[in-house]
Amino acid sequence: MASVGPTGAASRERETPPGAFGETAFRSLCFGASMVLMIGLAGLIISLAIGGWPAFAKFGFSFFTSSEWDPVADRYGAAGPIAGTLITAFLALLMSLPLAVGVAIFLTEFCPPRIAQPLGMAVELLAGIPSIVYGMWGLFVLAPWFAAHVQAPLAASVTPGSWLERAFAGVPNGANIFTASLILAVMILPYMASVFRELLMAVPPQMREAAYGIGSTSYEVVGSILIPYVRTSAIGAVMLGLGRALGETMAVTFIIGNSHAFPKSLFDSGSTIASTIANEFTEATGELHVAALIALGLVLFVITFGSIAGARLLLGQEKYK
Amino acid sequence: MNFELSQEEQPSVIHGPPAGSLVIDVRGLNFFYGKTQALFDVDLPVARNHITALIGPSGCGKSTLLRTLNRIYDLYPNQRAEGQILFNGEDVLSGKGSDDASDGSQRVNGDTSRLRARVGMVFQRPTPFPMSIYDNIAFGVRLHRKVSKADMDVIVERALTRSALWDEVKDKLNQSGLGLSGGQQQRLCVARGIAVEPDVLLLDEPASALDPLSTAKLETALVELKDTFSIVIVTHNLQQAARISDYTAFMLMGRMIEFRASTDAFVSPETQAMRDYVTGRFG
Amino acid sequence: MTAPDKTLTTPTQTPNRFERDTRRKIINMVFVVLATGATAFAVGALLLILYSLVVNGLGGINLAVFTMDQPPPGEVGGLRNAILGSIIMCTMGMALAVVVGILSGTWLAEYGDGSRIASTVRFLNDVLLSAPSILVGLFVYEMLVRPFHGFSALAGAVALAFLATPVVTRTTEDILRLQSGALREAGMALGANRGFVIRTIIWRASQSGLVTGALLGFARISGETAPLLFTSLGNPFQSFRLDQPMAALPTTIFQFALSAYDDWRRLAWVGALLIATTVLAINILGRVLTRGSTHK
Repeated sequence: MASVGPTGAASRERETPPGAFGETAFRSLCFGASMVLMIGLAGLIISLAIGGWPAFAKFGFSFFTSSEWDPVADRYGAAGPIAGTLITAFLALLMSLPLAVGVAIFLTEFCPPRIAQPLGMAVELLAGIPSIVYGMWGLFVLAPWFAAHVQAPLAASVTPGSWLERAFAGVPNGANIFTASLILAVMILPYMASVFRELLMAVPPQMREAAYGIGSTSYEVVGSILIPYVRTSAIGAVMLGLGRALGETMAVTFIIGNSHAFPKSLFDSGSTIASTIANEFTEATGELHVAALIALGLVLFVITFGSIAGARLLLGQEKYK
Repeated sequence: MNFELSQEEQPSVIHGPPAGSLVIDVRGLNFFYGKTQALFDVDLPVARNHITALIGPSGCGKSTLLRTLNRIYDLYPNQRAEGQILFNGEDVLSGKGSDDASDGSQRVNGDTSRLRARVGMVFQRPTPFPMSIYDNIAFGVRLHRKVSKADMDVIVERALTRSALWDEVKDKLNQSGLGLSGGQQQRLCVARGIAVEPDVLLLDEPASALDPLSTAKLETALVELKDTFSIVIVTHNLQQAARISDYTAFMLMGRMIEFRASTDAFVSPETQAMRDYVTGRFG
Repeated sequence: MTAPDKTLTTPTQTPNRFERDTRRKIINMVFVVLATGATAFAVGALLLILYSLVVNGLGGINLAVFTMDQPPPGEVGGLRNAILGSIIMCTMGMALAVVVGILSGTWLAEYGDGSRIASTVRFLNDVLLSAPSILVGLFVYEMLVRPFHGFSALAGAVALAFLATPVVTRTTEDILRLQSGALREAGMALGANRGFVIRTIIWRASQSGLVTGALLGFARISGETAPLLFTSLGNPFQSFRLDQPMAALPTTIFQFALSAYDDWRRLAWVGALLIATTVLAINILGRVLTRGSTHK
């Protein structure tokens, strides 16, 4: 350093290398591109807030508590879709979580590597299949099957008036909260399984060897060592799956039955925020109807953003550990 | 140094300890990573309540040999071993063997979980489990036995004392094992290993990631432990092998070249290869 | 030397050394069976979906699907307008997303390093990766449809670009970070400035990774339905005008599947099969390309 530093000419040269203008321009261009998305995100929030404002202003807090959604009378209460969104997402998570964990464990611990490789890739590929395909399958295959083989026998066997009957009451067409959750579960399953698999594969092999090295069985290694080791990230992965389920539109819209009332039973038809927007937005005529739908969008944004941001924070933490 | 030439000429030289005192006896072991053979017809006697050091240049197969002794290589489906590894007279590779085990009730019977409970292992890098210091040690014990809290406290304290860690951690047993320094973590792993009360403790270059002071503490602990356990240690550090081991095995290119008491091994190696290796390193 | 204690000095005499063995083995067995069962169930369910897709879709595939526009109910027709519409909007969306995504990914990997603003951008970009796509549709509606009083292909393309950009940004950053610092230094040691080195050396060295990023982005948007519902709307006729509504395969499937006509439903299955195959093919292509680059 001393050999270059003292001469003024050398240091001046280093401050203004050839093409400095091009460098600044390129750098600003890259920075600008980064800002485009940020501006987009800000615009998204602002436009949803402005667009939805009339609905919030008109109905106040009852927008969240009332379940009366009546475009004819121009009265909008979103409790039904909000509840539908949360219920379907949590049910879906409940069903797919144990399966996804099981798949990931099977692929990383028990499966012969010759099969694990293609099977793991297949799971990843299935995670990329568009949701509309899942929705169609739900509408044409799952719903009729469910109506004929689950709802009908159940309706025939439960005592009228019992709590069981109330829990499973609904239009016997297979389009309801439960089947929507089922489709959601199948849809997020490969996604969560592949994230879990990546987490398990990232555990250092010495950790696994050390655990087996004191005589643990696979169950003990996975349950006591591997899962605690990836705990934070695993919670992140679950929340990411939840975020997907909350915001999913097409898979649900086909099969949830589209009723805005507050769901009364597991087999009742319902709606989610996303399905309501998808179904009504292009046909909404009144200003207030549009505003109410956009307000719903803002609610969905807050819910999903919360869970995804939380997930990313947890997943990111692991990286710096 | 020309290892390739010398090892072709030299047959392996085994000056074993008396046959009756062997806890592990490896006979004619061949080991394969897929199609690549890594060990060739290796013999290794491991004397009870002594320290046996495995030395040799990188890639000579010493770690591979160590990893066959508790069958940890089983985790990787394309690795396999052929030959005999007698543990208390029982062949742990086939699950069969002569029935001269000291007590029949504790035979391994081809169960790797049992084998590993009796042949513990400490790895090159410390591997504390993601739990408290206390639970790190209790974990292995609980796997095999139901132990009351009071008994467990005793077991944890003794294990930590014997691995020379107790004084440093006795006030923070409930803190995460990940918060310890590298040297402390490694001694924690030793404590975890001995708490399960194995017969044999395998150590794979346990000091390679440690500073000299931590290394010295670890070595002291190991020498004291040999009263209770039989120890096999892989090391790159010849001084370390000379300092703590009773027997030294020198390996080269997957073959056992020379095995003898450490007191002789570093003074008068019999084979040219070991002479080259030892003098080359000692300068 | 500590006094010899009973537990530690006489290990082989401990009674019932393996007293929990049977119990542990049973638990472990149950565990293995459950994990295997979960996999069997999951794979079975997904195979079932693919099976229905093929069974219902394959029979309907013929030349007319690609050469004729969507029919009124009861008449012969195809999906040409929808397929072309999808290709047009996805290509435009990707063009936008690739330019913005590669530049912003470059900024994150090369210039923003360590700054607070870069980590904020990276975090929000990750959040956008999994943001609900229907909200993007709403946003673009508010920005480009409502003010101009009309649904348009352009609005659809912008909505798709908004979804693909985070994917491209993310992969670009990841790929550029894989390049060694020595490569950058070697370039700059010749007297070139950083931007020049990035454009001529780093991007070139990362070529296959960048293409993969673009392909993954393309796969992501080609099946998207929700953001198109209120931007490009759909159009029963072939249109190439960007300021007019345009059909897209997913929106047409949505419309046909929910219709009461059997022939429309059959076309919906065909469309779903086409989309699923395309997305799978693009994803596989992307993987093959990255594999090629890691062997280098």
